[in-house]
Amino acid sequence: MSPPRRIHDIAHARAGDKGNTSNISVWAYDPSDYPLLKRQLTAARVKRAFPGLFTGKVTRYEVDHLHGLNFVLLDALEGGVNTSLNLDSHGKSFSYLILGLPIEE
Amino acid sequence: MTETIRIGCGAGFSSDRLGPAVDLAQRGALEYLVFECIGERTMAFGHRDRMLDATRGYNPQLGARMRAVLAHCRANGTRIITNMGVANPRAAAALTVSIARELGLNGLKVACVEGDDVGALVGPDTAFMDHPGAVKDVGLRMVGANVYLGIEALLPALEAGADVVVAGRIADPSLFLAPLAHRFGWAADDWTALGRGTLAGHLMECGMQITGGYFADPGFKDVPRLADCGFPIAEVGFDGGFVITKLDDTGGCVTPATVKEQLLYEVHDPASYLTPDVTADFSRVAVEPIGPDRVRVTGASGRARPEMLKVTVGFDGGFLGESGISYAGPNAQARAELAADVVRQRLTRRNGFGGDLRVDLIGLNSLHATARAAGARSDDIRLRVAVRSAQRDDVDFMLWEVESLLCCGPAGGGGYRGQVTPCVVTHSTLIARDLVKPTFEMFVA
Repeated sequence: MSPPRRIHDIAHARAGDKGNTSNISVWAYDPSDYPLLKRQLTAARVKRAFPGLFTGKVTRYEVDHLHGLNFVLLDALEGGVNTSLNLDSHGKSFSYLILGLPIEE
Repeated sequence: MTETIRIGCGAGFSSDRLGPAVDLAQRGALEYLVFECIGERTMAFGHRDRMLDATRGYNPQLGARMRAVLAHCRANGTRIITNMGVANPRAAAALTVSIARELGLNGLKVACVEGDDVGALVGPDTAFMDHPGAVKDVGLRMVGANVYLGIEALLPALEAGADVVVAGRIADPSLFLAPLAHRFGWAADDWTALGRGTLAGHLMECGMQITGGYFADPGFKDVPRLADCGFPIAEVGFDGGFVITKLDDTGGCVTPATVKEQLLYEVHDPASYLTPDVTADFSRVAVEPIGPDRVRVTGASGRARPEMLKVTVGFDGGFLGESGISYAGPNAQARAELAADVVRQRLTRRNGFGGDLRVDLIGLNSLHATARAAGARSDDIRLRVAVRSAQRDDVDFMLWEVESLLCCGPAGGGGYRGQVTPCVVTHSTLIARDLVKPTFEMFVA
């Protein structure tokens, strides 16, 4: 049995920060995978997957014609770039938290 | 009207590379070259540097950049726009003028744009937009407050014929929108054109993040010649439609995927991207590849600009201390975990330790430690200890404790390093637009 596929197999992502708010955009490589991506990555799942980090509200914006989702995560940066003690105080690597989630098939 | 304006980005952040900027200055055939060098982190660094030395506080690479590009830009008729003034635009403009004189560029006109320093308008009762409470609740000394200025601050300097415009906290896309509005004569309420130009600026403002930088993921997103990546060029038309490209013979790539990742970088609602100039709408943008490393971007629009402007307020945040020691080989993880326990015990026992503390095991779980449990075990681990405190003693004590592990901790620890950095913490607030009065002064080399 092959290992479960991950979001990383079908999508790419980039994270940005403003204050203590993170945003992570996630894009399907292949438009045919976009419906799957949209079903897999709900705002609720993203928040549920990392409750210790994503402590605030999670909002998902959809850019259907470009096959992308944009997650806005309040209070997700451990205080923000000038406060966090995380080595990655921008939370740049959080894009790969989402890409590491398994595709539940 | 079929005319297009070529704008290059010579820096997308404070420590961006120099070589690709020189390349653009030399052979980019650019009308404008923009250096965007401020983030929330580096704005804070500017205040920190100015606090330590009143003649500093501008971008540390300003001198190197100006020395490398000024002569090319003058020879090629390329005007420079930059926020490298950070927390001290006046000192940055003075340095630019002196470099121009050294280079024999007599008559070069350097505009210093000010008015982003709104420290006088921020008081103890100023409430934050992103954080509970007000300035007085932070309990730290305020060191600066900068409002995000828009194109209104830059246009007068461009109209006065500045060859170089040096500013501080300008909204990033506005650095690119200003020359477009200036050259095309866009009205201050032409929201569609301003929305489109803002998109061009937004896509350009992080430099290589649209030409293949910050993109590569081997086997999934491969980028040719990443080590030689070029900075981006926007060819913008009168109607605000544009093509993103880069110079031939540079590494990297411009593709719909690189453009899309940057499209929503640091954007929240794609239909409402707020800048001082416009409420831009990126929700219906189309990206179309029209040739090798050429992507056409259309479909942005805009609505009326916000009446309130964002302000970053900086406070003296004391000191950040970071230190580390490494463990490798058999049972490395258990030894590193024991070292972490020893450090925690000894810091906790110290009377009056008041700082925030974080302990990471790099190689096992560090960046994502607060999000999820560690995966596989590791036999090469670096213990990282970080402390933030208003008291320098707390931070020095932590470094000493971690260094002491060299002889007093678990077996086989090596490679201690430690550093203490003064830091500025920041929060944001809003201020009414009509209280903000940008000014400029022209200096001639």
